[in-house]
Amino acid sequence: MTEPILDITGLNKSFGPVHVLHDVDFAVRAGEVTALVGDNGAGKSTLVKCVAGIYGTDSGRVRFRGEEVHIRGPKDAADLGIEVVYQDLALADNLDIVQNMFLGRERGSAWLLDEANMEQAARETLASLSVRTVKSVRTPVSALSGGQRQTVAIAKSVLWDSKVVLLDEPTAALGVAQTRQVLDLVRRLAEQGLGVVLISHNMADVFEVADRIAVLYLGRMAAEVHTKDVTHGQVVELITAGRSGDIGLARPENAVL
Amino acid sequence: MSEKEPTMTQTPTASSNTAITDFGIDTTTMSTSEAVRDYLSRLRAGQLGSLPALTGLVALVVLFAALSDVFLSLNNLANLLAQGAGQTMIAMGIVFVLLVGEIDLSAGTASGVAGAVLAMHYAENGNLMGGMGSTVFIMFIAALALAAALAAYLRIWAGTAISLLGIVLTVSGMAANPWIEMLLALCVGTAIGCITGFLVSKIGMPSFVVTLALFLAWQGVLLQFIGEGGVIGISSSEVLNKVANGNLSILASWILYVVAAGGFAALSLGRHFRRLKRGLVTQPTTIVLFKVGGLAVIGAAATALLTINRAPNPNIEISGVPYVVPIVLALLVIGTYVLNRTRYGRHIYAVGGNREAARRAGINVTKIRASVFVVCSSVAALGAIVYSSKVGSVDPQAGGLNTLLFAVGAAVIGGASLFGGKGRVSDAVIGGTVLAVVANGLGLLRQPAAVVSIVTGLVLLLAATVDALSRRRAASAAR
Ligand SMILES: Nc1ncnc2c1ncn2[C@@H]1O[C@H](COP(=O)(O)OP(=O)(O)OP(=O)(O)O)[C@@H](O)[C@H]1O
Ligand SMILES: [Mg+2]
Repeated sequence: MTEPILDITGLNKSFGPVHVLHDVDFAVRAGEVTALVGDNGAGKSTLVKCVAGIYGTDSGRVRFRGEEVHIRGPKDAADLGIEVVYQDLALADNLDIVQNMFLGRERGSAWLLDEANMEQAARETLASLSVRTVKSVRTPVSALSGGQRQTVAIAKSVLWDSKVVLLDEPTAALGVAQTRQVLDLVRRLAEQGLGVVLISHNMADVFEVADRIAVLYLGRMAAEVHTKDVTHGQVVELITAGRSGDIGLARPENAVL
Repeated sequence: MSEKEPTMTQTPTASSNTAITDFGIDTTTMSTSEAVRDYLSRLRAGQLGSLPALTGLVALVVLFAALSDVFLSLNNLANLLAQGAGQTMIAMGIVFVLLVGEIDLSAGTASGVAGAVLAMHYAENGNLMGGMGSTVFIMFIAALALAAALAAYLRIWAGTAISLLGIVLTVSGMAANPWIEMLLALCVGTAIGCITGFLVSKIGMPSFVVTLALFLAWQGVLLQFIGEGGVIGISSSEVLNKVANGNLSILASWILYVVAAGGFAALSLGRHFRRLKRGLVTQPTTIVLFKVGGLAVIGAAATALLTINRAPNPNIEISGVPYVVPIVLALLVIGTYVLNRTRYGRHIYAVGGNREAARRAGINVTKIRASVFVVCSSVAALGAIVYSSKVGSVDPQAGGLNTLLFAVGAAVIGGASLFGGKGRVSDAVIGGTVLAVVANGLGLLRQPAAVVSIVTGLVLLLAATVDALSRRRAASAAR
């Protein structure tokens, strides 16, 4: 069993009085796809944002490649090589595709950006993801369709030489062909040795690409299992009830509190 | 699952080929007619840019030329440039604030304070303590020090440095020197911006409230500095007088033309052909040549006209391009460069477009939001130098009354959006020119101030309507 590249233990997060994540343990392994599933409001996006440094945490330890790290902001996460595709995409509408993809990490000097270099890199990455019907990489994001925006957000995350990629429902707005592309990409990234986390509500996709499945139930980690050890039915049961047979939370009914 | 199988094996190759050809479109340049069609379709989609303002400008010029025979006289045109310059410069600073979706209502009176310090330093021959009285003087120094500290806290080092320079210039009590005075005005403007920026972005108060309060406060400070009913003349200083009233020599005017037009041509053409060679997104060469050529011709015509003697009195000679032209041009070039070519400028647009996305991209949003107020007040102080020079004195009304509203109006008329994320420094120049033409033209037609105000208001309303309607179109075109 490989050592996790990203290992989270005992993570707690609350928004004011609302305790959203309870002692969550979560591991991402290099070269594997870990699917993170759970019902709406289970805390998947919150967990991802805590890892990305968007939210501070109440308690919990994060170890990256075996060493304890403190992620205080998005920059820290990016410096470690953690890339995130957010559920709400986080693109600036008034900027074009290239500008969005390099936002915060522009190439060239601070006083003279290297537009040519960025434009070429953006185009190559997008071409490899098959973005269709976009006329130009200089199109402002406000003029893109929902699916095109999602592809731009994904392209943004694979542009960097990253170690861990977290994708929060990356295929939600995509058509059949594009979903295919993203699932292939997810596999490809894992084969390249990255740790990949895929959040999805689509069980078929999860079972197709994931090596492991982590199930969040009302902010608690109900189970972290190998995909080959479980069935569709068991995962659905874990998602909806927090327990299935002898796997899952010991007393899920208490989790409601 | 099994039904999807055929799609799985075939789609990837098919669509990745399509993608490369799709992106192939922009690597080769569009033909001119395609570019024109593309532009028209963008207009229809509500991306109007500065087109409405330019159209309005042409219409106004034609209208006033028809109604008044003096309007198109060379003397009046040169005068118009100098009249509008100060307010246009303040508008250029305000564009930075508008870009992040904030507003600075205090820029006008803040510029007045900077102008007052300039005038007092000149009139008191550097003895600001004598001019202000020791209590006020100490508070003034303390305010500069506070500004430097706040800027340091925000890590806006330029703000710290310039505020500290302000203290040095104030305390050293150097004798009157126009350059020192102008530098001091800039320092005061920067310091004011550091305070505003801190209050808005670190404390988190709405910029509308902060700057409304500061608008009143700076007006009080200005009154304290100048005194009730007071006025400090500066026109006896040759340099301070010439800023807005002097002209370049004929030779210098043409040198300015060559540098400006040549520089623009070299930059645009160089960039264009470099991009073309690397297969990047470019406009058609014809259009680039047309733009460069058009500006060269317009610039040459303007320079030629402004180098003709335009004195209304046969005994004197007035000729040459007014100093305000290179001043505004320089600000325009610097502002455009900062916004379009630097990382800082890119981050300003990002914060205005989607603050949360900017934060997640690791951008220090607090610092960016504070810094635009520093830019705005600093540029407003430069504007104060120009408008004070134009009237030849500073009084307690300097930068008050409508200065700020006109400046915001200029930016909005030019096409900058009050909602953030959209605008250019050139918008302020175009909008500022529109307002200067309105004020000048109606003045020539001997219209009372009432009419000038009403017409300016209507022009602004029209501009805001165009902005709102084009936004609606753009929003509906995007989905
Ligand atoms: N900024 C916030 N402030 C307060 N509560 C929040 C905030 N963000 C999320 N929550 C709450 O935290 C819980 C988990 O939300 P989260 O977005 O992580 O769910 P999710 O698992 O991603 O759901 P979905 O599948 O719908 O995306 C929800 O109950 C939500 O109401
Ligand atoms: Mg979510």
